[in-house]
Amino acid sequence: MQKGRASLEFECPPLIIGAASVAGKKEGSGPLGRYFDVVERDDMFGADSWEQAESAMQKQTFQLAMEKAQTSSRQVRYLFAGDLLGQLIATSFGVEDLDIPVFGVYGACSTMGEAMSLAAMAAAAGYADIALAAASSHFATAEKQFRFPLGYGNQRPFSATWTVTGCGAAVIASQEAAKKGKKKPLAKITGITTGKIVDIGAKDSMNMGAAMAPAAFDTINRNFTDFGRTEQDYDKIITGDLGEIGRRILLDFMGEQGRNLEYIHMDCGMMVYDPDAQDTHAGGSGCGCSAVTLCAYFLRKIQSGEWKRVLFVPTGALMSTVSFNEGQSIPGIAHGVVIESV
Amino acid sequence: MEINKEMYGAYVKQITPTHNKWINLLWAFVTGGMICAAGQLLFNTFLSWGMEKEEAAAWELLSLIAVSALLTGLNIYQKIVKFAGAGALVPITGFANSVAAPAMEFKAEGNVFGTGCKIFTIAGPVILYGIFSSWILGGVWCILKYFGIY
Repeated sequence: MQKGRASLEFECPPLIIGAASVAGKKEGSGPLGRYFDVVERDDMFGADSWEQAESAMQKQTFQLAMEKAQTSSRQVRYLFAGDLLGQLIATSFGVEDLDIPVFGVYGACSTMGEAMSLAAMAAAAGYADIALAAASSHFATAEKQFRFPLGYGNQRPFSATWTVTGCGAAVIASQEAAKKGKKKPLAKITGITTGKIVDIGAKDSMNMGAAMAPAAFDTINRNFTDFGRTEQDYDKIITGDLGEIGRRILLDFMGEQGRNLEYIHMDCGMMVYDPDAQDTHAGGSGCGCSAVTLCAYFLRKIQSGEWKRVLFVPTGALMSTVSFNEGQSIPGIAHGVVIESV
Repeated sequence: MEINKEMYGAYVKQITPTHNKWINLLWAFVTGGMICAAGQLLFNTFLSWGMEKEEAAAWELLSLIAVSALLTGLNIYQKIVKFAGAGALVPITGFANSVAAPAMEFKAEGNVFGTGCKIFTIAGPVILYGIFSSWILGGVWCILKYFGIY
């Protein structure tokens, strides 16, 4: 059912029947290390190049997610997945052996929200019994594409974030398909709020939290309006990778509206690393940041019933090196997914 | 709620922490000075081995470049730059780092389109504008000489 201007409420909410997370060494040593399904000690994932490593990481995650959901690639109708690389090469090469019809999606670091929204829509509408939603990023491929070669020495500002090496995948099934399975679902997706482009004119690519915070603010507000809810209707509101500065901006903006999100807001980027011990500055970022944090940590909290309803809002900064060099500002986007306990 | 773009920029600047300029300056001064002192030490050593001044200077530069490239490969030079900033980037060792890093990174894309095309992605502008400015200065020198000023 369409709600408001940008939201959907699912009458038969699709279910998350399995999820997997594979992370790199640095993420494995971070605060969430023990929650990841796999922590790969070799950041090359046994491949010859960084890009191939990211694809290998994706493949490993998809297989693990299907295994945990007790399903197989033959039963998965559609795969919605994306990464940060040009022409989505990590995804294209990562999924080629799986033999699953695929939609490649790009939403920068908001990709997991976009993929989950589309997978939930397909499952709820009866277009897919089982769909897979996934997103990945790799520190080395992202640095190479967006910034400098790894060996180049430079001073990162405090507002900079650290791209997460990780991939998260969620298996989303329609209610009928989930009933056939033996396993109890982890959670259900009851609604989505699709983000619009919010361009505040920020131009500093080393301060992406500031570029994305207005988009998160817009999507969260839109969700409240469309569903007729307030922050009190959620146990947690979880943004993707705003980092310390982006969080501050979001809380300030919400505060101006008389909303206090201080205690219910969490940011995946601020959870995935220990900024003091791991020298990551403002926090983690990348498609993998929200994807692994959701699949490894948040879904457990929802499954256990500790949290009844959360709003998961991965945030993306949609610039490219070309738009940046041509002096354009950084468009932000945030996709909201309402996840509830079963 | 409408967000004012101009005010937003000022607000972001106000809440974004920055590196301490004075500490940066101190480390740049100390590290840059140490690299120069190492260069002088090498130069004097080469002189003591009986080299001419020009030959000793060339060997000194080659040695600094080699050490920097080696440290880049060992993932050490990046750590020095992290606290030393321009102190380690401006000397010739920083230039060597900016060439060695892409050479390693783009090796996977092949010797021609990878390393060959992309080795100067960072150092390229320095080379281009370095040559261009020397060309301008050469022109100025010619004109001054023509009028007998220099």
